[in-house]
Parts: sequence; structure tokens; C-alpha cells
Amino acid sequence: MSQPEGKVSGALEVKFVPDEAVLSHIADDAGIKVRKDKAQLAVSVKRFAKKLENISDDEAQEILAEENYVAALGTCAQDPVGNGSGVSGGEVYSFQTPKCSSKMAELASELAQTPGQSVAADHFKCPEKTAKTPQSSKRSGSNKVQQRSKKKEFLSTTPYRLRKRLAAPDSCLESESEYSASCSEEDDEEDQKEVSTVLSGQKTPAKATAAATSPPRNALAKKIKEEKMSSLVEEYFEAHSSSKVLTSNRTLQKLQTRRLNQKTLHDLLKKAPLAYAAEMKKLSQQHESLFSKWMLQLHLGFNIILYGLGSKRDLLEKFRTSVLQDSAHLVVNGYFPSITVRSILNSITEEVLDHIGSFRSPLGQLEFIHKRFKEDASLELYVLIHNLDSQMLRGERSQQILAQLSSLPGVYLIASIDHINAPLMWDQAKLRLYNWLWYETTTFNPYVEETSYENSLLGQQSGSLALSSLTHVLRSLTLNARGIFRLLARYQLENKDNTSYPGLSFQDFYQQCREAFLVNSDLTLRAQLTEFRDHKLIRTKRGADGVEYLFIPVDDSTLTDFLEKEDEDV
Amino acid sequence: MSTHSISKGCFVFKPPSKKRRVRQETASNSTERKNDSEDTELRFASCQSLWAQIKLETEKIQENLNKQLLDNLVSFLRRSHSEFQEKTTEWSCQMKSREIPTAALVLGVNVTDHDMTFKSLSEVLQDDITPYVALLEAKDCPGIKNLMQKLMGQLMNCCIDIDEDSFEDDSHVQVSQNKIRCSMTSLINWYKSVMKKTDSETTRKKRNSSSRHWQSPPVVVIFKDMESFTTKVLQDFIVISSHHIHELPLALIFGIATSPMIIHSLLPHSVSSLLCIELFQSLSCKEHLSTIIDKLLLTAWCPFKLGEKVLKVLINIFLYHDFSVQNFIKGFQLCIVEHFYSQPLSVLCCELVDAKKRVNTLSHNQCENIRRLPSFRRYVESQVSENQIALLTSDSFLKEVTQKLLEDLQLYHENYVSVLRCLHVFTSSLPKYPLGKQIRELHCACLENQVWETEEYESSLQLARMLNKSDLVTMLQQCVEIFVSSSGKEFDKTVEKLKEFLTQFQELEAEAFEEDVSVSSEKELQKKTDLYHLQKTLLELKESRRSKKLTKFEMLRFEVVDYIDSLVRNYLVPADHKTLYEVVYFNTASVLRGHLNAAPRTALHTALNNPYCYLKNQALKSDGGSISNKAPDICIAYKLHLECGRLINLVDWLECPF
Repeated sequence: MSQPEGKVSGALEVKFVPDEAVLSHIADDAGIKVRKDKAQLAVSVKRFAKKLENISDDEAQEILAEENYVAALGTCAQDPVGNGSGVSGGEVYSFQTPKCSSKMAELASELAQTPGQSVAADHFKCPEKTAKTPQSSKRSGSNKVQQRSKKKEFLSTTPYRLRKRLAAPDSCLESESEYSASCSEEDDEEDQKEVSTVLSGQKTPAKATAAATSPPRNALAKKIKEEKMSSLVEEYFEAHSSSKVLTSNRTLQKLQTRRLNQKTLHDLLKKAPLAYAAEMKKLSQQHESLFSKWMLQLHLGFNIILYGLGSKRDLLEKFRTSVLQDSAHLVVNGYFPSITVRSILNSITEEVLDHIGSFRSPLGQLEFIHKRFKEDASLELYVLIHNLDSQMLRGERSQQILAQLSSLPGVYLIASIDHINAPLMWDQAKLRLYNWLWYETTTFNPYVEETSYENSLLGQQSGSLALSSLTHVLRSLTLNARGIFRLLARYQLENKDNTSYPGLSFQDFYQQCREAFLVNSDLTLRAQLTEFRDHKLIRTKRGADGVEYLFIPVDDSTLTDFLEKEDEDV
Repeated sequence: MSTHSISKGCFVFKPPSKKRRVRQETASNSTERKNDSEDTELRFASCQSLWAQIKLETEKIQENLNKQLLDNLVSFLRRSHSEFQEKTTEWSCQMKSREIPTAALVLGVNVTDHDMTFKSLSEVLQDDITPYVALLEAKDCPGIKNLMQKLMGQLMNCCIDIDEDSFEDDSHVQVSQNKIRCSMTSLINWYKSVMKKTDSETTRKKRNSSSRHWQSPPVVVIFKDMESFTTKVLQDFIVISSHHIHELPLALIFGIATSPMIIHSLLPHSVSSLLCIELFQSLSCKEHLSTIIDKLLLTAWCPFKLGEKVLKVLINIFLYHDFSVQNFIKGFQLCIVEHFYSQPLSVLCCELVDAKKRVNTLSHNQCENIRRLPSFRRYVESQVSENQIALLTSDSFLKEVTQKLLEDLQLYHENYVSVLRCLHVFTSSLPKYPLGKQIRELHCACLENQVWETEEYESSLQLARMLNKSDLVTMLQQCVEIFVSSSGKEFDKTVEKLKEFLTQFQELEAEAFEEDVSVSSEKELQKKTDLYHLQKTLLELKESRRSKKLTKFEMLRFEVVDYIDSLVRNYLVPADHKTLYEVVYFNTASVLRGHLNAAPRTALHTALNNPYCYLKNQALKSDGGSISNKAPDICIAYKLHLECGRLINLVDWLECPF
């Protein structure tokens, strides 16, 4: 269907075609055109037809369900809620709504055809581009359907689709990325622009491929009436049952651009201006006006929990510095990788209550705290927890202890959560102890501090650190010891493709070392290995047969680098 | 000081000088500091006192509700080990069956409320029956060992506490719990030693202090949440203790959230046969809520009122989320706090006498606040022009009027409650309950808008017009009772009128009897008839039915219903039609829902899908759910993720021109 339109694209008038219209258009026209296209009926005809029907049907049902839910909750629809929390459940809890998928694809293709982002503003000045909009939307519609149907190679995503278009004139792209590699790394954005300009030049072939795929699809809509509700469910599980998820096989490793190291990456990111700074400031000012209210409610026995998109750390910090200066308070960085409830309790007993001595169990410690707070009614402590839902604190036991802590009359807890399912941590009993008051504090602030303990994919992994420490330790060892380590490293690299490689067994290792004249008894080897182990250079694990296997817990690329360096040295 | 470190996750800050203030003070300070409107301190104080009063009231209600249950339990426990008390020699043969007396306490699914019940239960038990009460929770007892440890810890502690009252120097009982091996034998030994001691003590003291307890009180073990205990632990414990029941008078109490059948599904027959189970049912949480609403909201004493939407939110949270009365009360507390925090005029939300005094001391600003109230504006507009000017310019006149209006409001509430109850008597017995079964539903309907304009009210009146006499009479009697017991003075006439109706009904009864006789005699006369006459009479009958004259009973019934209708129209005016209702009504339901029943998922979703909601920038304004390329990166990433759901190739992502 997009074929004729494609031909006359120059003369087409500009109009927005919504997704649903496209769908219905396909469905309607199909009935008329069927006879012509009969010969082209593909195997997956029925499936496709069902799908189409399902999609529209599904939407209708979704709306119905939403209404029911809203009616059940009674008040939802009635009062105007400020921050748009009136969004109904169906919108939030749906899987992959056809709506958004095609829209995004549309946007993507639009952008792909637009030379650079800036042009998007003067949208209508570019007749060629706008003329193509309806076509591209249709194409994305077809893509979406095929993506879900049997053709597995379509299973991937917009990027993939984009890439497919990119991939057509591959040579161009290759040269492009080479260019960007040679270029200085700072002007990434410029590179991107370049790529996209190249892209816009290539859109004609891309269009051709899209058009080529469309004709059989017209015929597919024939059996629309044989729609079954269950088929959607089947589809879903079919799509998700294939364990192999197909994405393109291009990886960051293969990218020609050299990866930046951690520090330069940080610096670069720091330089990037924060978008919408003014609006974000306004938001946080709104939240800050609540501070006095928070204080009041904390004192009345409630605890405060903050949720919403964006880092809430700055907000809590501000709360702390502006309101809590004169009172004892405890700040807990929940995102800290090795935070435990123990350490929280310890800092309360040791630093707040000035108690020296240890406790056998956290429960006993809690009891002690409880007693102290009971004895001294004037004692009060504010506890601020950033990310109460962090990896380390989300366990059942730790939440229980924190809940009990928060229920003490002199302890005021104010915490933030970020995980979308964080409220699932608490059952009714814990909720009762926590006695939360929820506050929505959407800030849109980047999670800089919270993610600072993670490695960025864009930067080099901590490989540089590992490598330097490897060489550093190895340099202080004897020649033989280095030989032993090299032997193990080589062996590990030889087996790097073998996924079930358990490591080198001690006996084999000993044999090889003996053959290389590196050790003369298995005692010396053991002594040597102990030293390695102490420096965390190697790790051992016992296999199923009880044999000890040795391996180096460093990723392959670092190991290769290391061996290369060693070879240079030797 | 910074709170960022790569080696530490907790940071403690202490104030430099140890300024320790009383908590109340800081709380009131914090309200005072930022809030620039008037009378914050007074408002805070009245808020606190009101809350304290309500808390007391709710606790009292809870206590009353549980009283029956607790009494039953206490008498059960008394009975259970009476044999043990008598110390008869045949005692052991009587208890041959080795059954442990067990109370199965069905409490309902609102687990969070159980704590209160158990607390009061253990208090009552300790007062009346035995000092030896142990409360066990499933999460403390993953194994039988932990269970015994916990049990002994609690028992011995409580015994020590009691000992310390009587002898200070007695330390030999205080064996540290770690040293004793936690077994049933040691428990029995402990029990025996304690008994010996109390025996000697009582003989010495001639039973003066501990006379409330018997000589050898039973040991009561309460399993708070029986369902969550592991079966093995429960079985072991029961089997072991049944062996020792002769030496240790044990009694168990199971707290059950679901149904008593759970005992039999958890425990095999061999174990459950060792128990002598008696079932106790606590009040259902819905009834509890009804009582709370009845005693708290539908009374005139509490000056603070909930608006319709707020009440609906609270009830919905209760019905759809947790069935927890505690949470309902928490919500109520939050309403109070919010109201007093956000409404400067809430200073007048107190007892009428105080309120009048406070009106006199209102500042000019507060008077302006009053003038700004929408309900007051409406009132001003309805006045004559001289009055209007006076109200808007003279503070003293305004204060006078305000006092009068507050009085009106108080009166309205008093009347409202009685009439509401009266209407409820009528509507709650109608088929299909067009206005709801519970009085809270009726209350909501009346608060929402003028109830007599709704369809439901119309249909319920229709139904009421079809009630039979006996029902009607009983209802009228109930209404009379309600009005007589109410404090409103206006109802003297109403009561009279209702009583008049009642006597009329009684008269009717006598009359009806006579009428019946006369009608039947009339029919007797027209016995002979032919076809023509029959047709004629039938036609006549038909006509007469069309313009049928109502019987006296029907007329009276109409009268009664109309009278009730007039009462409703008079007294059940929705609160927001009343002047100055803003002072006592809290109606911002969205705030309440945001705080109690938040939807973090929705918030995230909105922020990611439609950043314009939060970042008011024109560039972000988009229509139809699509996202512009100007949106923050995270929004675009989310959109991409929504589309493919699973894996996104990072390289493709970075290379695609976003």
C-alpha cells in the first residue's frame, strides 16, 4: 500500500496520520485488494490478521478495564490531582502497547531522515521530509507486525531497525566510524550529526527496502474475522519463550572509537550542561517549601518517604543542612555497596548513644536502643536514609529491623526510594511499623552520587586498575613466580572460548610447571599459590570431583593486555 | 560535613552543644517558624488536644468492643486449670487424656490491628489470671529451639520482675538465661521453684498482695500468628508440652487470621487430638469500623469533620487495601494534622464555648481570612446591602456574626446526626438498599449533594411508600427513640408528631377491623347477577380502581413518608451549603490519597512519559503521548525500553541519532 504512495510522494499533501488510522486503513483496504494479491499470500497470513484485530480489540478492552478500576476506586476520577497521578492503571501496567512502539519507530525514522536535530524545529519548511511522514509511519506499522510474527530476525528493536537501514550501505558507515575514531574524542556530538547527515543521504535505498517488504502484507489482513482472544496470550509466550534474544552482534568492543578512561569521561560529563535546569530548580524549590511540614509530621509520629523520578539526595541533604543542624541525626547512604543494617545500628549505639561494646545479634542491639530511648524521653534522632530500597537493605530481615527502629518514639525516619517495585518490600505489619507518609518528589536530577559506585559502560572497565595492580604485584615477585602466573594466564586464555572451562586443576598445573622447570616440588608450588591467593591474583574452587581448580579472576582482555606487556618486558 | 565517602555508608552528626529541648517545643517551633499565617501555636495546641481526645476515645471504643471477647477468654482459662488448683489427688487421672486447653482466637485478616488486641489481652491475663504470659511470634521462632528460648526468656523475665517487687535481695532466681539449657524440664523446674517460693511467700504474707492470682497459676502461651509458624515447630511444641501437662499447667492461645479450619490443616490428627480447642470469635473489622465511624464522626462532640471525598478515600483504603482500623485512624489523624496545618481558620475548630472566645481575639488578618472564604462570600451576597458593607468593613460586626454562624453550624451538626440516623432506619430495611446498607454510605451521600435530588433517594421513598404496617410502626418507634435521646432541642415537635402517627396507626388497626366486616356484608347483597350485570360491575370496578380512593392506612403511610422527607430536606442539607463550613471540614482528598495511598509507579511513569507534567517548559509540551526529541535523555531511553522491552544494543543506541 505504501508503494503507490511512495511513487507520488512528492505531490502528497502534508498531514498527520495517527497510528490507529493507519491500522484501520490497512484493515479496510485489505478486503478490496485481496483478490489481486491472492498469489502472494504468505504462510503467516492468519497470524497477522489475528494480530491486527487483537491490537485494536485490546485497546478497547484496556480502556474498559481502566474504567472499571477507576469506578471501583471511586475517588480516582473525581478529584483533580495535581501531578497527573490520575493516570489510569492500564496505561502504566501494560506490556508493550502498540501505540508507543509505532510512535517511537515513527519518531526514529523521522529523525533518521532529518539531517541533524536542529532541523526538527523548522519541520514544515522541509517539504521532502514531511511528505514522507505518512509513509514512514506506515512502514513502521508493518515493521512492528513483522517484528512480532515468525520472522525472528525482526525480534529486536528500533535501534535494530534503524541499524538495518544503516547497514544497507555499509561501506559508507564504516568510513564514517573510522573518521570518528581518528577525530578527537571530545566532539562526539559532531560525529553523530555527521552520521545522521550521511543517513539522510541514504534514505532512498532504505525506502526501497521498506517498500519491498510491504506488498505481501496487504494480503495478510484477509482473515480478520477469525480472531481469538487466546491467540494473543499464545503470541506473548511464543515471543518470550525463545531463550535466544536477538540483537545485533555489534558490541562496544568492536567499536573503533577508543574508550575513554573513567576520569576523562567524568570530566566530559561534567561539562555537559544540564537540560532544563531552571525548571528543575523550580521543582526542588517546591519540595523545599515542605520542610517545615515534614518536621511537624515527623514529630507527630509519622515517617516520611520520598519517591519520584530523579535523585532525591540533594533534597535530603538540603533538608539536613537547613533544618536538622541543631539536632542529632544519622545519614545513611543506602546505595553504598557495603552498607548493612549492622553498621547502621552500630553507628547509632556507638556514636549516638556512646555505648562501648558489641552485641551478639542485631535484635539485641535494637532492644538496647529501644531501652535507651525509653529511658531518656528527651533523646531524639533523625535518620535519613538515601535509597531505602538499595540492594543491601532490601532484604526482609533488614527491613524488619529498620521498621522496628523507625517505630521508636524518639526516632524520626525520612527515606527515599527509587525502585519501581520498592513498595513490595513491605507487608502490612512492616507498613504499620513504618507508618509512612508518602511524598512525591520528582526532581529529574541525575543519579550522580548514587551510581558513582558503578562502572560506566562507556568508560573502560576498571581494567586499568586491575592491570596496573597485576603488573605491580608481579613485578615484586621472583622470575619463577612470574613464570608460574604466566603459565596459568596462557592456559586460561587458550580456553577462553570454552564456557565450561572450570580452571586448571592443581595436578595438571604442577605437571606443567615441572616441565617448564619452574618448581621442583608441589610444596613450593603450593607456597607460591598461597602468595598469589593472598594478593587475590588467583582463585580456587573445588570441582564436582573434589579436584582443586585454579583460575585468574580477571577478564580476558585485561589478561591479554597483561601478557602482551609481559612479553614486551621479557 | 560531607556525606559522601567511598569507605563509609553511615554518618552521624551531633549538635555541637547538647541542647536538649522538649520535643513538643521543637514541634511547635517548626510550625511557627515557617508558617506566616496566624495563631499557629494555638492551632497546634488545639490540634494536639483534639487528637489526644480522639485517641482516647478510639482506645475506649476498642476496649469496649473487645471486652466480651476478653471476658470469655478469661473465664475459659479459669476453667481450664481449675483441677490443677484444687490439687486433688485424682487430678492426674482426670487429665488422663493429656489434653492441653487451647483457645483458638479468630481475629480476621487485618493483621496489623491484632497487636492491640494481644496487648490488651496479655494485660488482662496478667491482671486477672496469671503472671506467666508469653507472646510468641512466628518470625522469632524458626525452630523449636528458638521457640523454647524465647518462651523461657519471656516467662523468667516476667517472674523476675514480679520477684523484684517483693524481695530485693533475692538474686538466686536470676539465673542468666544463657546458662540454662532451654528444655521443658528446666522450664518445669523453674515453675516448681517459683511455686514453692510463692507458696512460702503467701503463707508468710497471708495472701494479701498476690491474692488476685491463684496458688498455681497456669502458664499461658500466646501464638500471635498461628498460620505463619512452621508446622514442625508447632507440632513438636505441642507434643512435648502435652507430655508435661501434669507438671506444668499450660494453656495455649492461637491467634488465627483466616478460619479455625487452619488448625486441622496445619496439624495432623495425632497432634490436634492433644488439644482441647475452644473457639473464640472476635468482632469483625467492618463492625469495628462502623462503631468507630458511629462514635467518632457521627457525633456532635468532635468539632472536626471529614468531608465527603476524604471520608470516601479513607473508607476505600480500608475496604480495598487493608481492612485495618488502625490505618483508618491513622488517616484520620493525618486529616486533623493537615487541616490544622493548612487552614488558618482552623483555630476556631474546637468546642463552641472556646470558639466563641477565640472569635473575639481574632486579628485583622484572620478576619480577612474569614471574608475570603467562599461560603462566607455567598452568605454576604445573600444579605441586604447595609449588612454587606458592615460585614466587609467592620471587624467587630464580623466577629459577632461569626459567633452566630458558628452556633448555627453546631446546631446543624446536632440535628444532622439525629435526622441521618432516622433516615437510616428507613433506608436500611428497604429491599436492595438503594441508599446503602451502612450508615456511612448514607452519610457520604448526604454530604455529597442534596440527597433528595438523587435518584436513589427517589426510589427509596417509593419503596418506603410500600412498607407494611408493622415495619413502619417499629421504624417510627426507633425514630422516636433516636430523637428523644438526641441533644437537639428542636425535636420536641418532631417527637410529638411521630407519636401522633403512632397513635393513628393504632386507631387504624381498630377501624380496619370494623371496615372489613362492613365490606363483606355489602358483597353479600349482590349475589344474583347475569352476564350483562357482571360486565357492568366489572367495568365499574375497573374505573374505580383507576381513580381508587386510598385507604386510610395508605394515606397515613404517605403522610409519614412525606414527613420524613420534609425532615430530610430541612436538616440534611450538605455541609458545604453551610456558611463557615471550611472551618471544621477537611476536604482535600487528593492530599490525603497522595500521602497514604501513593502510586510511585504512576509518578515514575508520568515523569518519564510526559515530562511536561513536572518540567513546565513549552518545548516539552507534546500531544498524544508521543515524546519530543527535546525531552530529557532518561525519558527517551524509557520510551525505547518500552518499545523493545528486553535488550537494547548499546552500540546501536549510541549511534542512532538521538
